[in-house]
Amino acid sequence: MKFEYLIEGGDFIRAGHASSDIKKILNQLNLDPAIVRRIAVSMYEAEVNVVAHAFRGVMKVNINPERILVLVEDEGPGIPDIAQAMQEGYSTASDKVREMGFGAGMGLSNMKKNTDILDIHSAINRGTVVKMTTFTKSGAS
Amino acid sequence: MSSAFHHALKIEEEVCTGCTHCIQACPTEALRVKGGKARLIAERCVDCGECMRVCPVNAIKVEEDDFTKILDFEHRVAIVPSVFIGQFARNIATRKIYSGMLEEGFTHVYEAEHGSGILIDLINKYLADHPGTRPVISSFCPAIVRLIQVRFPSLVGNLMPFKAPLDLAAISFRKKLTEQEIPEKNVGVFYITPCAAKIAAVKSPVGEETSPFNGVINMNTLYSKVFSVIKREEKSFCIVPEKEQLLPEEMEWTLTGGEARHIHGRCLSIDGISNAIEFLERLENGTLGNFDFLEMRACDKSCAGGILSSTNRFLVSERLHKRAEQYYIDKGNGKIFNNKTITLYKDYVIANASLHDIEPRSIMKLDEDMVLAMKKMQKIQKIKGYLPGIDCAACGAPGCRALAEDVVQGRARTSDCVFVAIKVKGGETMSQVAEYTEEIWGRNRFKNMLPE
Repeated sequence: MKFEYLIEGGDFIRAGHASSDIKKILNQLNLDPAIVRRIAVSMYEAEVNVVAHAFRGVMKVNINPERILVLVEDEGPGIPDIAQAMQEGYSTASDKVREMGFGAGMGLSNMKKNTDILDIHSAINRGTVVKMTTFTKSGAS
Repeated sequence: MSSAFHHALKIEEEVCTGCTHCIQACPTEALRVKGGKARLIAERCVDCGECMRVCPVNAIKVEEDDFTKILDFEHRVAIVPSVFIGQFARNIATRKIYSGMLEEGFTHVYEAEHGSGILIDLINKYLADHPGTRPVISSFCPAIVRLIQVRFPSLVGNLMPFKAPLDLAAISFRKKLTEQEIPEKNVGVFYITPCAAKIAAVKSPVGEETSPFNGVINMNTLYSKVFSVIKREEKSFCIVPEKEQLLPEEMEWTLTGGEARHIHGRCLSIDGISNAIEFLERLENGTLGNFDFLEMRACDKSCAGGILSSTNRFLVSERLHKRAEQYYIDKGNGKIFNNKTITLYKDYVIANASLHDIEPRSIMKLDEDMVLAMKKMQKIQKIKGYLPGIDCAACGAPGCRALAEDVVQGRARTSDCVFVAIKVKGGETMSQVAEYTEEIWGRNRFKNMLPE
């Protein structure tokens, strides 16, 4: 099953819409609640990253009985140093974004913590592609 | 643990007129109309009582133990919540209310919140010992516990594993009597409940083997009895002095903020089931900031707004706040005696205060098997596409999505939607359409529509 969500840069009001929707779907599919929660958290972080840093993006979710694949592609500044961005507390968020209570530098590390496989590719001034794979049976990888 | 769900809410068939108020008010979509009557889907109901609030004909009743059941016991203990005192006008003294209860047949009256002091220490210690579990959600309100089990299964691990103060009060009082060499079988402990959820919790406990109560009495039933005895025999009946007093913070425990204000860290109090749902959604999505403790009560104004409360919830909570203020005045005048018996049984109460694991029991899953669930979901999406999306509930389900789900689960058919029947299923005659609607809304429902 495939689902697709458009994400608008700067639209913090809508941030969380895709993850909330997918959470409901996964609950209906009888996925382990703990895994549903991990996916919801990682998706939300990915959504907020697009809203906070990029111009726009698209989130594609592909669900099959073995794994949930979330692909987030954005048009934006890209990430110059992914290893540095992965560190807890490291953030390039603007003051405006921080004032809204975001930009604590936990986004990528939270995503890593809550997905089985996290892949990030980025091109400066073009955008970032984030691929998150989570297996439906805990322990499988 | 029992797998059958006991529900305190019952629909009286002969009274129910089969409208759509309750099915659309239910936060877990547990009601449908079939054959002209509202029907309850047992595994979905959390006994919150929202249906009872909106029923225009008073067809939804709360099951109760017959009051005479207390007479089966030689020693009859009423564990009474502070909000019961709040039912009465302020000029009726607490001791008079107690005396009225004794007059009605109880041998002991003990306020339910006596255990809250012990509970505060237990919760704060639990928070300190479990820094990885955040936020901890209060398990005080049984409707919230059940709501989390059925709608937010990923959050069951956040529920605090302790019984409510009323259970602790019952445990300690029972202990006190049995220590006086009174045989266990002669002791009947009854809870005077302001809500349906507590009745269900006593009849089929969640997270405990058995309940410490022998029965539950509806608060509004007892209110009428006590109020009339106070009015009738004002001058003649004997006023017994209060034996034990609640502390002011205990008096306010069941009001909104009553728990959270004693818990260390960042806490929040949420009342009203729709507010709780909104909050739990955000918590499950991970979009909530960091909180240490969430107090959640299903009723607006917490227990003061319980469905079995006879007095307006704002007045009840005002009275309880005044009662707490009065405590300090009385203390200044040397009228307060501090002899809380529960502290004598503190170790025993603490040893019996824990709940077992609370099991999730999701009502959202379409099928145990994920592959089948995916197929069902695709079917639901497809059916939902046919439906008009106006959520009129004329099909007997609370909305179009619920009907689509019922169809896929074999509980309804697409043509139960009157619009589908008329518009899409053009092949069917109008009399067939009328027959479908009569199956949902009853044979006699539409007879007045026909001209003479």
